[in-house]
Amino acid sequence: MRMLTFAKRCTKEILRDPINLAFGLGFPLVLLLLLSSLQKNIPAELFDIDTLTPGITVFGLSFMTLFSATLIAKDRESAFLQRLYATPLTGFDFILGYMLPLLPLAVSQTIICYLFAIPLGLTVSINIVYAIIGIIPMAVLNIVLGLLCGSIFGVKQVGGICGALLTNLSAWLSGVWFDLKLVGGFFEKIANVLPFVHAAEMEKALFSGNFELAITHVMPIILYSVFITAIAVLSFLRQMKKQ
Amino acid sequence: MQEIKTVELVKRYKNLTAVNKLNLEIQQGELFSLLGVNGAGKTTTIKMLTCITKPTDGDAFIGGYSITKQPEQVKRLISVSPQETAVAPNLSVKENLELMCGIHGFSKEKSKAKIKELTEQFAVDSVLKRKAGKLSGGWQRRVSIAMALISEPKILFLDEPTLGLDVIARHELWDMIRSLKGKVTIILTTHYMEEAESLSDRIGIMKDGNLLAVGTTEELKIMTGANDFESAFVSIVKEGAL
Repeated sequence: MRMLTFAKRCTKEILRDPINLAFGLGFPLVLLLLLSSLQKNIPAELFDIDTLTPGITVFGLSFMTLFSATLIAKDRESAFLQRLYATPLTGFDFILGYMLPLLPLAVSQTIICYLFAIPLGLTVSINIVYAIIGIIPMAVLNIVLGLLCGSIFGVKQVGGICGALLTNLSAWLSGVWFDLKLVGGFFEKIANVLPFVHAAEMEKALFSGNFELAITHVMPIILYSVFITAIAVLSFLRQMKKQ
Repeated sequence: MQEIKTVELVKRYKNLTAVNKLNLEIQQGELFSLLGVNGAGKTTTIKMLTCITKPTDGDAFIGGYSITKQPEQVKRLISVSPQETAVAPNLSVKENLELMCGIHGFSKEKSKAKIKELTEQFAVDSVLKRKAGKLSGGWQRRVSIAMALISEPKILFLDEPTLGLDVIARHELWDMIRSLKGKVTIILTTHYMEEAESLSDRIGIMKDGNLLAVGTTEELKIMTGANDFESAFVSIVKEGAL
Protein backbone atom coordinates (compact mmCIF):
# COMPACT_ATOMS: atom_id res chain seq x y z
CA MET A 1 0.00 0.00 0.00
CA ARG A 2 2.78 2.42 0.98
CA MET A 3 4.72 1.43 -2.11
CA LEU A 4 1.66 2.04 -4.32
CA THR A 5 1.21 5.52 -2.80
CA PHE A 6 4.80 6.30 -3.66
CA ALA A 7 4.41 4.79 -7.15
CA LYS A 8 1.34 6.97 -7.74
CA ARG A 9 3.34 10.04 -6.81
CA CYS A 10 6.12 9.03 -9.26
CA THR A 11 3.57 8.57 -12.05
CA LYS A 12 2.21 12.08 -11.47
CA GLU A 13 5.69 13.61 -11.37
CA ILE A 14 6.60 12.01 -14.70
CA LEU A 15 3.32 12.67 -16.52
CA ARG A 16 3.15 16.30 -15.39
CA ASP A 17 6.51 17.14 -16.86
CA PRO A 18 5.80 18.44 -20.39
CA ILE A 19 9.40 17.76 -21.53
CA ASN A 20 8.93 14.09 -20.65
CA LEU A 21 5.82 13.85 -22.78
CA ALA A 22 7.34 15.81 -25.67
CA PHE A 23 10.45 13.63 -25.85
CA GLY A 24 9.09 10.31 -24.67
CA LEU A 25 6.09 10.24 -26.91
CA GLY A 26 6.49 13.04 -29.44
CA PHE A 27 10.03 12.28 -30.59
CA PRO A 28 9.50 8.63 -31.61
CA LEU A 29 6.32 9.62 -33.47
CA VAL A 30 8.09 12.45 -35.32
CA LEU A 31 10.84 9.99 -36.30
CA LEU A 32 8.27 7.52 -37.58
CA LEU A 33 6.64 10.23 -39.66
CA LEU A 34 9.89 11.65 -41.04
CA LEU A 35 11.56 8.34 -41.89
CA SER A 36 8.45 6.82 -43.43
CA SER A 37 8.09 9.97 -45.58
CA LEU A 38 11.76 9.63 -46.52
CA GLN A 39 11.18 6.01 -47.46
CA LYS A 40 8.37 7.00 -49.83
CA ASN A 41 10.71 9.33 -51.75
CA ILE A 42 13.92 7.29 -51.51
CA PRO A 43 12.89 3.66 -50.99
CA ALA A 44 15.11 1.91 -48.45
CA GLU A 45 14.21 -1.47 -46.98
CA LEU A 46 15.37 -0.35 -43.53
CA PHE A 47 12.83 2.46 -43.40
CA ASP A 48 9.92 0.36 -44.60
CA ILE A 49 7.19 1.02 -42.02
CA ASP A 50 6.95 -2.69 -41.09
CA THR A 51 10.68 -2.77 -40.36
CA LEU A 52 10.98 0.74 -38.95
CA THR A 53 8.14 0.68 -36.40
CA PRO A 54 9.45 -2.21 -34.24
CA GLY A 55 12.86 -0.51 -34.18
CA ILE A 56 11.41 2.87 -33.22
CA THR A 57 9.48 1.30 -30.34
CA VAL A 58 12.78 -0.05 -28.98
CA PHE A 59 14.50 3.33 -29.46
CA GLY A 60 11.60 5.04 -27.65
CA LEU A 61 12.31 2.94 -24.55
CA SER A 62 15.61 4.75 -24.03
CA PHE A 63 13.53 7.71 -22.83
CA MET A 64 12.23 5.53 -19.97
CA THR A 65 15.82 5.34 -18.73
CA LEU A 66 16.03 9.12 -18.89
CA PHE A 67 12.69 9.56 -17.05
CA SER A 68 13.49 7.21 -14.18
CA ALA A 69 17.09 8.42 -13.79
CA THR A 70 16.04 12.09 -13.82
CA LEU A 71 13.27 11.57 -11.27
CA ILE A 72 15.52 9.69 -8.84
CA ALA A 73 18.43 12.13 -9.24
CA LYS A 74 16.09 15.11 -8.72
CA ASP A 75 14.58 13.52 -5.61
CA ARG A 76 18.03 12.87 -4.19
CA GLU A 77 19.25 16.40 -4.88
CA SER A 78 16.12 18.08 -3.51
CA ALA A 79 16.25 16.26 -0.14
CA PHE A 80 12.80 14.84 -0.89
CA LEU A 81 14.20 11.34 -0.47
CA GLN A 82 15.86 12.36 2.79
CA ARG A 83 12.40 13.18 4.13
CA LEU A 84 11.00 9.86 2.92
CA TYR A 85 13.98 7.86 4.25
CA ALA A 86 12.83 8.87 7.74
CA THR A 87 9.40 7.29 7.12
CA PRO A 88 8.47 3.58 7.32
CA LEU A 89 9.06 3.17 3.54
CA THR A 90 11.63 0.43 2.90
CA GLY A 91 14.35 0.30 0.24
CA PHE A 92 12.25 -2.08 -1.84
CA ASP A 93 9.20 0.21 -1.55
CA PHE A 94 11.33 2.93 -3.15
CA ILE A 95 12.74 0.70 -5.88
CA LEU A 96 9.37 -0.75 -6.89
CA GLY A 97 7.73 2.67 -6.51
CA TYR A 98 10.14 4.14 -9.03
CA MET A 99 9.99 1.20 -11.44
CA LEU A 100 6.31 0.26 -11.52
CA PRO A 101 4.87 3.48 -13.03
CA LEU A 102 7.32 3.33 -15.93
CA LEU A 103 6.32 -0.12 -17.13
CA PRO A 104 2.74 0.82 -18.17
CA LEU A 105 4.19 4.05 -19.55
CA ALA A 106 6.64 2.09 -21.73
CA VAL A 107 3.92 -0.28 -22.94
CA SER A 108 1.59 2.67 -23.66
CA GLN A 109 4.36 4.36 -25.65
CA THR A 110 4.79 1.17 -27.71
CA ILE A 111 1.04 0.85 -28.31
CA ILE A 112 0.84 4.49 -29.43
CA CYS A 113 3.77 3.99 -31.82
CA TYR A 114 2.10 0.97 -33.45
CA LEU A 115 -1.28 2.75 -33.65
CA PHE A 116 0.39 5.83 -35.14
CA ALA A 117 2.12 3.66 -37.76
CA ILE A 118 -1.12 2.06 -39.01
CA PRO A 119 -2.24 5.08 -41.11
CA LEU A 120 1.35 5.25 -42.39
CA GLY A 121 0.91 1.79 -43.91
CA LEU A 122 1.82 -0.66 -41.13
CA THR A 123 0.55 -4.18 -41.76
CA VAL A 124 -2.15 -4.91 -39.18
CA SER A 125 -2.03 -8.39 -37.65
CA ILE A 126 -2.20 -10.18 -34.29
CA ASN A 127 1.61 -10.05 -34.28
CA ILE A 128 1.38 -6.40 -33.17
CA VAL A 129 -0.01 -7.67 -29.85
CA TYR A 130 2.90 -10.14 -29.50
CA ALA A 131 5.36 -7.37 -30.31
CA ILE A 132 3.80 -5.15 -27.63
CA ILE A 133 4.02 -7.92 -25.03
CA GLY A 134 7.52 -8.82 -26.19
CA ILE A 135 8.81 -5.32 -25.49
CA ILE A 136 8.40 -5.80 -21.72
CA PRO A 137 11.87 -7.34 -21.01
CA MET A 138 13.61 -4.49 -22.85
CA ALA A 139 11.37 -1.96 -21.07
CA VAL A 140 12.44 -3.46 -17.72
CA LEU A 141 16.09 -3.24 -18.77
CA ASN A 142 15.73 0.44 -19.69
CA ILE A 143 13.91 1.23 -16.44
CA VAL A 144 16.52 -0.47 -14.23
CA LEU A 145 19.26 1.29 -16.18
CA GLY A 146 17.51 4.50 -15.11
CA LEU A 147 17.42 3.31 -11.51
CA LEU A 148 21.15 2.62 -11.71
CA CYS A 149 22.04 5.98 -13.28
CA GLY A 150 19.71 7.91 -10.93
CA SER A 151 21.32 6.22 -7.91
CA ILE A 152 24.85 7.08 -9.02
CA PHE A 153 24.68 10.39 -10.90
CA GLY A 154 23.34 13.89 -10.27
CA VAL A 155 20.67 15.60 -12.39
CA LYS A 156 23.15 17.25 -14.78
CA GLN A 157 25.13 14.05 -15.30
CA VAL A 158 21.94 12.08 -15.86
CA GLY A 159 20.96 14.56 -18.59
CA GLY A 160 24.27 13.97 -20.36
CA ILE A 161 24.61 10.25 -19.81
CA CYS A 162 21.00 9.09 -20.23
CA GLY A 163 19.72 11.98 -22.36
CA ALA A 164 22.54 12.15 -24.86
CA LEU A 165 24.89 9.17 -24.57
CA LEU A 166 22.44 6.34 -23.92
CA THR A 167 19.82 7.47 -26.44
CA ASN A 168 22.55 7.75 -29.09
CA LEU A 169 24.07 4.40 -28.17
CA SER A 170 20.63 2.85 -28.29
CA ALA A 171 20.08 4.41 -31.73
CA TRP A 172 23.46 3.59 -33.31
CA LEU A 173 23.91 0.12 -31.86
CA SER A 174 20.38 -1.13 -32.50
CA GLY A 175 20.61 -1.31 -36.27
CA VAL A 176 17.43 0.75 -36.58
CA TRP A 177 18.99 3.62 -38.56
CA PHE A 178 21.51 1.67 -40.62
CA ASP A 179 22.43 -1.94 -41.30
CA LEU A 180 25.17 -2.90 -38.84
CA LYS A 181 26.64 -5.29 -41.44
CA LEU A 182 27.45 -2.29 -43.61
CA VAL A 183 29.79 -1.02 -40.90
CA GLY A 184 30.90 -4.52 -39.84
CA GLY A 185 34.11 -5.26 -37.93
CA PHE A 186 34.55 -4.19 -34.33
CA PHE A 187 31.47 -1.95 -34.37
CA GLU A 188 29.21 -4.85 -35.35
CA LYS A 189 30.82 -7.13 -32.75
CA ILE A 190 30.25 -4.56 -30.00
CA ALA A 191 26.67 -4.03 -31.13
CA ASN A 192 26.02 -7.78 -30.97
CA VAL A 193 27.38 -7.98 -27.43
CA LEU A 194 25.05 -5.20 -26.24
CA PRO A 195 21.28 -5.68 -25.87
CA PHE A 196 20.01 -2.90 -28.20
CA VAL A 197 20.32 -4.75 -31.51
CA HIS A 198 18.80 -7.89 -29.97
CA ALA A 199 15.81 -5.87 -28.77
CA ALA A 200 15.26 -4.36 -32.23
CA GLU A 201 15.68 -7.74 -33.94
CA MET A 202 13.38 -9.42 -31.40
CA GLU A 203 10.66 -6.84 -32.06
CA LYS A 204 11.04 -7.25 -35.81
CA ALA A 205 10.90 -11.04 -35.44
CA LEU A 206 7.77 -10.90 -33.27
CA PHE A 207 6.11 -8.48 -35.68
CA SER A 208 6.84 -10.78 -38.59
CA GLY A 209 5.70 -13.87 -36.65
CA ASN A 210 9.14 -15.48 -36.43
CA PHE A 211 8.90 -16.56 -32.79
CA GLU A 212 11.90 -18.91 -32.81
CA LEU A 213 14.16 -16.06 -33.87
CA ALA A 214 12.52 -13.80 -31.27
CA ILE A 215 13.41 -16.27 -28.49
CA THR A 216 17.08 -16.33 -29.47
CA HIS A 217 17.17 -12.54 -29.24
CA VAL A 218 15.21 -12.26 -25.99
CA MET A 219 17.73 -14.32 -24.01
CA PRO A 220 20.55 -11.72 -23.97
CA ILE A 221 17.98 -9.06 -23.01
CA ILE A 222 16.78 -11.13 -20.04
CA LEU A 223 20.37 -11.79 -18.95
CA TYR A 224 21.20 -8.07 -19.15
CA SER A 225 17.98 -7.22 -17.27
CA VAL A 226 18.78 -9.59 -14.40
CA PHE A 227 22.39 -8.37 -14.18
CA ILE A 228 21.56 -4.64 -14.36
CA THR A 229 18.63 -5.06 -11.92
CA ALA A 230 20.98 -6.59 -9.34
CA ILE A 231 23.53 -3.78 -9.75
CA ALA A 232 20.81 -1.09 -9.75
CA VAL A 233 19.17 -2.41 -6.57
CA LEU A 234 22.52 -2.62 -4.79
CA SER A 235 23.45 0.90 -5.97
CA PHE A 236 20.16 2.36 -4.78
CA LEU A 237 20.40 0.67 -1.37
CA ARG A 238 24.03 1.77 -1.11
CA GLN A 239 23.22 5.43 -1.79
CA MET A 240 20.45 5.14 0.84
CA LYS A 241 23.02 4.02 3.39
CA LYS A 242 25.52 6.67 2.28
CA GLN A 243 23.09 9.52 3.01
CA MET B 1 10.46 12.52 30.90
CA GLN B 2 13.49 11.86 28.72
CA GLU B 3 12.68 11.59 24.98
CA ILE B 4 16.13 11.53 23.37
CA LYS B 5 19.43 10.33 24.74
CA THR B 6 22.66 10.07 22.78
CA VAL B 7 25.53 8.00 24.11
CA GLU B 8 29.02 8.73 22.78
CA LEU B 9 27.53 9.17 19.29
CA VAL B 10 30.18 9.37 16.56
CA LYS B 11 30.08 9.84 12.78
CA ARG B 12 33.27 9.68 10.77
CA TYR B 13 33.67 10.16 7.02
CA LYS B 14 37.14 8.86 6.05
CA ASN B 15 39.46 11.38 7.74
CA LEU B 16 36.72 13.75 8.91
CA THR B 17 34.96 13.35 12.25
CA ALA B 18 31.61 15.05 11.61
CA VAL B 19 30.21 14.27 15.08
CA ASN B 20 32.49 13.39 17.98
CA LYS B 21 31.25 11.46 21.06
CA LEU B 22 28.00 13.36 21.40
CA ASN B 23 26.25 12.94 24.77
CA LEU B 24 22.93 14.70 24.96
CA GLU B 25 19.60 14.37 26.75
CA ILE B 26 16.41 16.04 25.55
CA GLN B 27 13.17 16.04 27.53
CA GLN B 28 9.66 15.34 26.23
CA GLY B 29 7.93 18.47 24.86
CA GLU B 30 11.17 20.44 24.85
CA LEU B 31 12.28 22.63 21.94
CA PHE B 32 15.99 22.01 21.74
CA SER B 33 18.18 23.89 19.27
CA LEU B 34 21.51 22.75 17.93
CA LEU B 35 23.39 25.91 17.08
CA GLY B 36 26.65 26.16 15.21
CA VAL B 37 28.44 27.55 12.20
CA ASN B 38 28.51 25.61 8.90
CA GLY B 39 30.20 22.23 9.26
CA ALA B 40 29.58 22.05 13.01
CA GLY B 41 27.89 18.65 12.72
CA LYS B 42 24.27 19.72 13.27
CA THR B 43 22.80 18.15 10.12
CA THR B 44 24.85 14.96 10.55
CA THR B 45 23.48 14.66 14.10
CA ILE B 46 19.93 15.04 12.78
CA LYS B 47 20.61 12.48 10.03
CA MET B 48 21.79 9.96 12.61
CA LEU B 49 18.88 10.59 14.98
CA THR B 50 16.39 10.19 12.11
CA CYS B 51 18.01 6.87 11.05
CA ILE B 52 19.06 8.27 7.67
CA THR B 53 22.76 7.85 8.44
CA LYS B 54 24.22 5.08 10.57
CA PRO B 55 26.57 6.20 13.35
CA THR B 56 30.17 5.03 13.17
CA ASP B 57 30.17 4.47 16.91
CA GLY B 58 27.92 4.97 19.94
CA ASP B 59 24.14 4.93 19.94
CA ALA B 60 21.11 7.10 20.57
CA PHE B 61 17.73 6.26 22.06
CA ILE B 62 14.54 7.87 20.80
CA GLY B 63 11.53 7.18 22.99
CA GLY B 64 13.59 4.35 24.43
CA TYR B 65 14.34 2.75 21.04
CA SER B 66 17.88 2.40 19.73
CA ILE B 67 18.60 4.15 16.40
CA THR B 68 21.08 1.41 15.50
CA LYS B 69 19.08 -1.64 16.57
CA GLN B 70 15.43 -0.53 16.29
CA PRO B 71 15.26 1.99 13.42
CA GLU B 72 11.75 0.83 12.37
CA GLN B 73 10.32 1.65 15.82
CA VAL B 74 12.20 4.96 15.87
CA LYS B 75 10.79 5.93 12.46
CA ARG B 76 7.26 5.51 13.81
CA LEU B 77 7.91 8.18 16.44
CA ILE B 78 9.70 10.81 14.41
CA SER B 79 9.33 13.08 11.43
CA VAL B 80 11.79 15.35 9.69
CA SER B 81 11.63 18.55 7.70
CA PRO B 82 15.00 18.60 5.89
CA GLN B 83 17.22 21.60 5.31
CA GLU B 84 16.53 21.91 1.61
CA THR B 85 13.19 22.02 -0.14
CA ALA B 86 11.69 18.59 0.31
CA VAL B 87 8.35 18.68 -1.47
CA ALA B 88 7.24 16.82 -4.59
CA PRO B 89 7.35 19.76 -7.02
CA ASN B 90 4.82 18.61 -9.64
CA LEU B 91 2.25 17.62 -7.03
CA SER B 92 -0.18 20.12 -5.55
CA VAL B 93 0.07 21.01 -1.87
CA LYS B 94 -2.94 18.80 -1.17
CA GLU B 95 -1.39 15.90 -3.08
CA ASN B 96 1.84 16.31 -1.10
CA LEU B 97 -0.12 16.04 2.13
CA GLU B 98 -2.07 13.06 0.76
CA LEU B 99 1.21 11.40 -0.19
CA MET B 100 2.45 11.58 3.39
CA CYS B 101 -0.90 10.24 4.66
CA GLY B 102 -0.64 7.28 2.25
CA ILE B 103 2.97 6.55 3.22
CA HIS B 104 1.93 6.42 6.87
CA GLY B 105 -0.93 4.07 6.00
CA PHE B 106 -3.85 6.37 6.92
CA SER B 107 -7.40 5.48 5.89
CA LYS B 108 -9.25 7.84 3.52
CA GLU B 109 -11.28 9.29 6.39
CA LYS B 110 -8.27 9.84 8.59
CA SER B 111 -6.32 11.40 5.67
CA LYS B 112 -9.16 13.81 4.97
CA ALA B 113 -9.46 14.84 8.61
CA LYS B 114 -5.71 15.23 9.06
CA ILE B 115 -5.32 17.33 5.91
CA LYS B 116 -8.21 19.56 7.02
CA GLU B 117 -6.63 20.01 10.44
CA LEU B 118 -3.17 20.87 9.09
CA THR B 119 -4.57 23.10 6.36
CA GLU B 120 -6.22 25.20 9.06
CA GLN B 121 -3.26 25.08 11.44
CA PHE B 122 -0.75 26.17 8.79
CA ALA B 123 -3.16 28.42 6.85
CA VAL B 124 -2.31 26.76 3.54
CA ASP B 125 -5.87 26.61 2.21
CA SER B 126 -5.19 29.40 -0.31
CA VAL B 127 -2.41 27.34 -1.97
CA LEU B 128 -3.86 23.87 -1.52
CA LYS B 129 -4.41 23.31 -5.25
CA ARG B 130 -1.19 24.96 -6.42
CA LYS B 131 1.85 22.93 -7.45
CA ALA B 132 4.27 22.84 -4.50
CA GLY B 133 7.28 23.51 -6.76
CA LYS B 134 5.77 26.83 -7.88
CA LEU B 135 5.41 28.23 -4.36
CA SER B 136 7.79 30.74 -2.74
CA GLY B 137 10.49 29.49 -0.36
CA GLY B 138 8.46 30.51 2.69
CA TRP B 139 5.36 28.66 1.56
CA GLN B 140 7.38 25.60 0.63
CA ARG B 141 8.89 25.47 4.15
CA ARG B 142 5.42 25.86 5.63
CA VAL B 143 4.16 22.96 3.50
CA SER B 144 7.29 20.98 4.35
CA ILE B 145 6.62 21.28 8.10
CA ALA B 146 2.93 20.45 7.60
CA MET B 147 4.03 17.31 5.71
CA ALA B 148 6.32 16.39 8.59
CA LEU B 149 3.43 16.67 11.06
CA ILE B 150 1.06 14.41 9.09
CA SER B 151 2.25 11.31 10.91
CA GLU B 152 1.49 12.90 14.31
CA PRO B 153 5.12 12.47 15.37
CA LYS B 154 6.19 12.57 19.00
CA ILE B 155 9.47 14.10 17.90
CA LEU B 156 9.93 16.60 15.07
CA PHE B 157 13.32 17.40 13.55
CA LEU B 158 13.58 20.76 11.81
CA ASP B 159 16.85 21.16 9.95
CA GLU B 160 17.58 24.86 9.31
CA PRO B 161 13.86 25.60 8.85
CA THR B 162 14.25 29.29 7.97
CA LEU B 163 17.44 29.13 5.90
CA GLY B 164 17.24 31.53 2.97
CA LEU B 165 13.88 33.02 3.94
CA ASP B 166 13.16 36.74 4.09
CA VAL B 167 12.52 38.36 7.47
CA ILE B 168 8.71 38.26 7.22
CA ALA B 169 8.58 34.62 6.13
CA ARG B 170 11.05 33.78 8.90
CA HIS B 171 8.93 35.43 11.60
CA GLU B 172 5.78 33.73 10.28
CA LEU B 173 7.52 30.38 10.47
CA TRP B 174 8.75 31.13 13.99
CA ASP B 175 5.14 31.77 15.06
CA MET B 176 4.18 28.45 13.55
CA ILE B 177 7.00 26.61 15.35
CA ARG B 178 6.05 28.32 18.64
CA SER B 179 2.48 27.05 18.20
CA LEU B 180 3.87 23.49 18.24
CA LYS B 181 5.83 23.93 21.46
CA GLY B 182 4.81 21.56 24.21
CA LYS B 183 2.76 19.40 21.83
CA VAL B 184 5.77 17.67 20.25
CA THR B 185 9.43 17.47 21.13
CA ILE B 186 11.26 19.63 18.60
CA ILE B 187 14.93 19.44 17.68
CA LEU B 188 15.87 22.37 15.54
CA THR B 189 19.19 23.11 13.90
CA THR B 190 20.11 26.65 12.99
CA HIS B 191 23.02 29.00 12.64
CA TYR B 192 20.85 32.04 13.34
CA MET B 193 21.47 33.29 16.90
CA GLU B 194 18.15 35.12 17.18
CA GLU B 195 16.25 32.03 15.98
CA ALA B 196 17.77 29.82 18.65
CA GLU B 197 17.29 32.50 21.30
CA SER B 198 13.72 33.27 20.34
CA LEU B 199 12.41 29.71 20.06
CA SER B 200 14.42 27.37 22.25
CA ASP B 201 13.94 26.01 25.73
CA ARG B 202 17.58 24.92 25.66
CA ILE B 203 20.43 25.30 23.20
CA GLY B 204 23.37 23.06 22.39
CA ILE B 205 26.34 24.75 20.74
CA MET B 206 28.39 22.64 18.33
CA LYS B 207 31.71 23.21 16.60
CA ASP B 208 33.74 20.78 14.47
CA GLY B 209 31.55 17.89 15.55
CA ASN B 210 31.89 18.59 19.28
CA LEU B 211 29.13 19.71 21.61
CA LEU B 212 30.75 22.63 23.41
CA ALA B 213 27.98 23.76 25.73
CA VAL B 214 24.34 23.11 26.63
CA GLY B 215 21.88 25.31 28.49
CA THR B 216 19.21 27.97 28.35
CA THR B 217 20.21 31.30 26.81
CA GLU B 218 20.49 32.76 30.32
CA GLU B 219 22.66 29.88 31.51
CA LEU B 220 24.95 30.24 28.50
CA LYS B 221 25.26 33.99 29.10
CA ILE B 222 26.12 33.39 32.77
CA MET B 223 28.64 30.69 31.78
CA THR B 224 30.54 33.13 29.58
CA GLY B 225 29.85 36.33 31.46
CA ALA B 226 28.43 37.84 28.28
CA ASN B 227 25.70 40.49 28.19
CA ASP B 228 23.94 39.11 25.13
CA PHE B 229 23.49 35.71 23.59
CA GLU B 230 25.50 36.44 20.44
CA SER B 231 28.56 37.36 22.53
CA ALA B 232 28.05 34.20 24.59
CA PHE B 233 27.95 32.10 21.41
CA VAL B 234 31.09 33.74 19.99
CA SER B 235 32.89 33.27 23.27
CA ILE B 236 31.96 29.57 23.48
CA VAL B 237 32.91 28.85 19.87
CA LYS B 238 36.22 30.75 20.08
CA GLU B 239 37.31 29.39 23.42
CA GLY B 240 36.11 25.81 22.90
CA ALA B 241 34.45 23.66 25.54
CA LEU B 242 33.36 25.28 28.75
